[in-house]
Amino acid sequence: MKSFDYLPAQKLEEAVARGEPRTSRFIAGGTLLVDLMRLDVERPDLVVDLNGVLSSDIAWNEAGLTLGALARNTDVAYDDTVRREFPVLSEAILAGASPQIRNLATTGGNLLQRTRCAYFRDAAVPACNKRKPGSGCAALEGYTRMHAILGVSERCIAAHPSDMAVALLALDAAVHTRRATGERQIPLGDLHTLPGTTPELETVLEPGEVITRVVVPRSPRGRRSTYLKVRDRASFAFALSSAAVALELEQGTIRSARVALGGVGVKPWRAAATEAALVGRPATSETYRAAAKLATSGAKTTPDNAFKVPLTERVVARALERAGALA
Amino acid sequence: MTSVGQGIDRADARAKVRGEAQYAADTPVAGLVHAFVVTSALGHGRVTAIDASAARTVPGVLAVITPDNAPRVPGATKKKVSFDRILQVVQDADVRYADQPIAVVVADTPERARAAGEALVVSYAPSPIAVSLAQNEAAGRKPAKAGPRAEPDSSRGDFAGALASAAVKVEQTYTTSIQHHHPMELHGTIAVWQGNDALTLYDATQGVFPCRERLAGAFDLPPEKVRVISHYVGGGFGCKGSAWSHVALAALAARVVKRPVKLVLTRQQVCSLVGYRPRTIQHVTLAAAKDGQLRAMRHDVISETSRFDEFVEPSGLVTRMLYACPNVTTTHRVVELDVPTPTFTRAPGEATGNFALEVALDELAYELGVDPVELRLKNYAEHDEDENKPWSSKSLRECYRRAAEQFGWRHRRPLPGSQREQHLLVGWGMATASYPARQSAASARVKRDRDGNFVVQAGTQDIGTGTYTILAQIAADALGVAVERVRVEIGDTALPETPVSGGSQTASSTGSAVKRAAEALKQKLDALSASDRSADTELVAELKTEEKPDRKRFSTHGFGAQFVEVKVDPDLGVVRVTRAVSAFATGKILNVKTARSQFMGGMVWGIGLALLEHSRRDERSGRIVTRDLADYHVPVNADVPELEVIMLNELDPHVNEIGAKGIGEIGITGMPAAIANAVYHATGKRVRELPITLDKLL
Ligand SMILES: Cc1cc2nc3c(=O)[nH]c(=O)nc-3n(C[C@H](O)[C@H](O)[C@H](O)COP(=O)(O)OP(=O)(O)OC[C@H]3O[C@@H](n4cnc5c(N)ncnc54)[C@H](O)[C@@H]3O)c2cc1C
Ligand code: SF4
Repeated sequence: MKSFDYLPAQKLEEAVARGEPRTSRFIAGGTLLVDLMRLDVERPDLVVDLNGVLSSDIAWNEAGLTLGALARNTDVAYDDTVRREFPVLSEAILAGASPQIRNLATTGGNLLQRTRCAYFRDAAVPACNKRKPGSGCAALEGYTRMHAILGVSERCIAAHPSDMAVALLALDAAVHTRRATGERQIPLGDLHTLPGTTPELETVLEPGEVITRVVVPRSPRGRRSTYLKVRDRASFAFALSSAAVALELEQGTIRSARVALGGVGVKPWRAAATEAALVGRPATSETYRAAAKLATSGAKTTPDNAFKVPLTERVVARALERAGALA
Repeated sequence: MTSVGQGIDRADARAKVRGEAQYAADTPVAGLVHAFVVTSALGHGRVTAIDASAARTVPGVLAVITPDNAPRVPGATKKKVSFDRILQVVQDADVRYADQPIAVVVADTPERARAAGEALVVSYAPSPIAVSLAQNEAAGRKPAKAGPRAEPDSSRGDFAGALASAAVKVEQTYTTSIQHHHPMELHGTIAVWQGNDALTLYDATQGVFPCRERLAGAFDLPPEKVRVISHYVGGGFGCKGSAWSHVALAALAARVVKRPVKLVLTRQQVCSLVGYRPRTIQHVTLAAAKDGQLRAMRHDVISETSRFDEFVEPSGLVTRMLYACPNVTTTHRVVELDVPTPTFTRAPGEATGNFALEVALDELAYELGVDPVELRLKNYAEHDEDENKPWSSKSLRECYRRAAEQFGWRHRRPLPGSQREQHLLVGWGMATASYPARQSAASARVKRDRDGNFVVQAGTQDIGTGTYTILAQIAADALGVAVERVRVEIGDTALPETPVSGGSQTASSTGSAVKRAAEALKQKLDALSASDRSADTELVAELKTEEKPDRKRFSTHGFGAQFVEVKVDPDLGVVRVTRAVSAFATGKILNVKTARSQFMGGMVWGIGLALLEHSRRDERSGRIVTRDLADYHVPVNADVPELEVIMLNELDPHVNEIGAKGIGEIGITGMPAAIANAVYHATGKRVRELPITLDKLL
């Protein structure tokens, strides 16, 4: 870790201004940033602390649920409203990391966590387009059990590791931000970008743009939602494949559906074809299984991660089954 | 009341939970500065240049040590005993494996040392690299030994002839993956020179004396000029059993800056600098008569080692002795690769070899249509057919019986896939466990203090197993006093000489010496008149014990039987161990509490080896890809069910003074096979490649 300056921001404008240079980084819970700094992957000159300028409130009103960017993962997961209205969100958070990390991790930081690609995280590996644009991609012919199969490019196949983001995607959440030119709202599905030829760019956020809160709208599907995560270890492991599903049923028929995938996409991945195959159909195992088959369409695999295709189909089918059976 | 056998609390428990226990790197030493090891990005080749100009501008930097300016370490590549390691202590520019030490930076704080280390600009000239065991299997050569003492190859009877005429055969290949020890306490050393010719080391080590010998050898010092201190060790499992390069590098750095130096490895660095359990490829052939009698066994083991040092995973040794069979052949071959040297890892050989052997036996049981326990009883070895000696004691039949009964084995339906619980498949598997009972020469001193209490002194270290506690118990009983009146001082080469805490031999070796020394002191005390006895004279007895003369006539092993239930999600391939019952017969149990925790720890390791732990090497660079505890999966609580341990108290008058056989390693030995066999029983899928990850079951 190289030495750096630390600024506990007093005002949001100050944070936005001081966070703007390429050599600045925001810190919230720090569980990701400090880790990557210790690995010499992140090498900021200035670390701007957001803890004095953002909210950690969790609020429920007509608009729905508002999560301050600093709301800790633990607090969100155990919030009564969240558990009642959006069980998928609580389950997804609790399926991730460890209690100690969740106690520190924030809503904003979780969405912006960076990939677990081992070649990205090992600063001694020369080829990583994400770490060093244009240097190549060591993962392409490397060990790729944890890598993505959806949305990958020839330049990068790194998976997005967040569980919470997958749930928020299935809940049509939007991210509210503040940048130099003012505030804006970004639908969660638009927050992260595809790697394409620029895997070093991961979101649409501009330099210095701060996530201030996340809003989850009231939804007819919220209560019938669930998260299923499959991983190598029973706890404290990133997803090999996961699914967040939310269903709206009417007399045994699926009126609307959201299906999002984790562990398999370069970003939190919406399984649109699966959703389309559910709507208007009877809420039966046959429907779920047939729709789940479409979840990985377009997948590009490696020998190490080809198993994620059948696995994901089964994860989605099981998650749909579970959501369908909720009281 | 005697103390031995009681489940008394660990002597070190309070200090540890309160954070008061001082581990090597916690030792307060005046004037301490900090070293960081810089390791090679390249996996094989040469360092052509190191540009340290940026590093030297980091504030607080005291030295940048590279092959260009490093003092010579004359004994770096000289081994005296098999577990001495060839050291890479920046003596030349060669890169033999990825993440090899290539420089050391010293600074006033650890952060600055590390920042400066990362600021070195290193140029390399790469050479072709080979790190794949599978692709280089044919390059295997015969090693000098398999394990510290055994011959690499063995043969009794006529394997080929017996195979040709046998009714039923199993011939399969089994593989195990790289396992890293990953103890919680990272390796750390504080090196303090007294002038140029005396060195004190505070080191996280499983062997203060072997560490002293190695460092004395490296720096060409008389051993008595080196003192090694290690009061607490936060887990070793083998990777702290040898003095590795970083220990010598700390001493080297301290010599350069003429100040005490602390060097602590990072979690990533323990992947390359302190050994690992090597990958194995094991070809096993079993042949039996129709009635299940084993007629022929063959076990060919291939494991990886470095190109400059030799470590052999002795997986075939167990096949030589575990069952009765007249025709047995075993071989060990090593493949030299551009990798760091592997080393002892909890039950080296037995953990991996027993996986192959005991899964093969399960396959044979299915071929024959007999119960797996029956098959093992049918081939029960009444004596050690390899050494051709009687067992000093063996209660394995009792282990099978007790564990099977507690597990409920007789309710097992043998057909794979025939046991279900809702949507989950339920599988039951079992395997035999075994581990040799070793003993080395050890010395101990027992003193009566002026206050009338007693002090046990021995160099040995407590690597978390309970050595402090059981030595006090042994001495208390020999002296006939309450255990509270005995204090234990260990972990220092200034104390009487003892062996490495490896091979499950600390209780048997050092325990025997403590017992005899305490008995000697008791005799002295008893010989005194009543008035002298209470006088405040200090009384001391010190002596050395070796193997009992009559022990050589016997083969000494601990045995066990391990039964496991798994539940497998047939759609998702997810395997969970839901029950595990083990029975062990390992001589006398010295402390049921610390013993149980050793057995349980072994069983947890078995779950890791079977299902989770998997260090992956990138085949192009040689770098370990799974570099931290998020990517390298040791079992967490959710992976471990309640572990049931049955301890049979065995009376063994031959094995050693205290009748205890060693318990630190046996707990792992049967678990991987029992789990693999249970997975087969659940699913009908025979996975012969560890770890059994869910993709192999989809
Ligand atoms: C061992 C380990 C295991 C883990 N396992 C899982 C898992 O299984 N599933 C899972 O989902 N996650 C897992 N995580 C990741 C964890 O969820 C994230 O580290 C955490 O959510 C990040 O939040 P933070 O507040 O600590 O982020 P920080 O480290 O503070 O910041 C993360 C990034 O976001 C930026 N940032 C933070 N807040 C803002 C903001 N308001 N506006 C703009 N930028 C911001 C920072 O600049 C930084 O780049 C694991 C982490 C660890 C260390
Ligand atoms: S997959 Fe992406 S992050 Fe990983 S090495 Fe390739 S470019 Fe880097």
